[in-house]
Amino acid sequence: MAYQRLTREQIVQRVAQDIPEGAYVNLGIGLPTKIANHLDANKEIFLQSENGVLGMGPAPAKGEEDADLINAGKEFITLLEGGSYFHHGDSFTMMRGGHIDICVLGAFQVAENGDLANWHTGAPDAIPAVGGAMDLAIGAKNVFVTMEHVTKNGEPKIVKSCSYPLTGMACVNRIYTDLAVIEVTPKGLVVTEMVNGLSFEELQSLTDAPLSRE
Amino acid sequence: MIDKTSASIFEAIKQIQDGATVMIGGFGTAGQPAELIDALIAHGAKELTVVNNNAGNGSFPRQSDSYEFDKLYYAKKIELELVPQGNLAARIQATGAGLGAIYTPTGYGTLLAEGKDSKVIKGRGYVLEYPIHADFALIKAFKGDRWGNLVYRKSARNFGPIMATAAKCTIAQVNEIVPLGAIDPEHVITPGIFIQHVVAV
Repeated sequence: MAYQRLTREQIVQRVAQDIPEGAYVNLGIGLPTKIANHLDANKEIFLQSENGVLGMGPAPAKGEEDADLINAGKEFITLLEGGSYFHHGDSFTMMRGGHIDICVLGAFQVAENGDLANWHTGAPDAIPAVGGAMDLAIGAKNVFVTMEHVTKNGEPKIVKSCSYPLTGMACVNRIYTDLAVIEVTPKGLVVTEMVNGLSFEELQSLTDAPLSRE
Repeated sequence: MIDKTSASIFEAIKQIQDGATVMIGGFGTAGQPAELIDALIAHGAKELTVVNNNAGNGSFPRQSDSYEFDKLYYAKKIELELVPQGNLAARIQATGAGLGAIYTPTGYGTLLAEGKDSKVIKGRGYVLEYPIHADFALIKAFKGDRWGNLVYRKSARNFGPIMATAAKCTIAQVNEIVPLGAIDPEHVITPGIFIQHVVAV
């Protein structure tokens, strides 16, 4: 039976459903940033940005941009009423001290024990940049990953052991891909959702690490 | 809607269980959350570990109780771990920031460093000190809003902002609860992420 992969937009919509009211959330650069556009407007959710912002609001209207008010991806943002600004030391206290409820990060690879690789492909000519990813990976109460299930060449990104350099050890709690939602548990990877028409066997064939069903 | 304000001090305080570790802000009487301390005493939780800057200098837990502390201390009914003030602040900050330990120069080679690991770094001695964790922090601020954003008043700020980062649950008493947005975002000293309850007294 044919199955339809989720679009990138649909992946972030799916993650947004799982963010409860009152959560303190850090959204990583790239795909995770777009989750902000899909949060339920009736819920008060606190978005933190590593460059010293809590209570991040939507993008400003054209012409209203302020060069001193940007997010971690250097995009223009606004501040909600009740938001605050602080220095980097305080910001990383929030991120490393276990104060962020959920962070959502992109990934090159996630291993079955929750190891995360998202900062460096290990390519000899790549100029590495790590930013705040390592701090979030070990510091947030829950680490969610959003990514395509396989690479552009069809290679699994959910693996027995990461071949790329690690961002953090055993830190990922949940993976959202274009095919499935997978929990990282002490017993290994447990599939909790799959796209319509996809069989468990097909999903396993696209995944290097062993999967189990709920 | 998220509203961290509590109508009743006792509702906020009654969750403190026997055996809890409780940080209490204040330097002398400035920043001392007197009403929260009164409520804790009335609540009657026992076998508490209290982290505070005031033991032994005449204001623990309240100024009026100093003789109680002295009596308990001489009767060996209370244990006291003495920490140099800067190390106290640094160990509280270490918890807030998720650090595993810190090397501090304060106390190196003294009685208060006996039995502790130490290290000479670039010719200067340092003592290895561990973070101080707490189940609760009771602090006093000047104004707070329903998201838990706080501003303090003058030298009453002291330990409040760092204790708020180091406890699983921080209860702040404030002189005034203000509407969201009334505190300038540039002036927020403790962002609401570190605060669980705000009580006006």
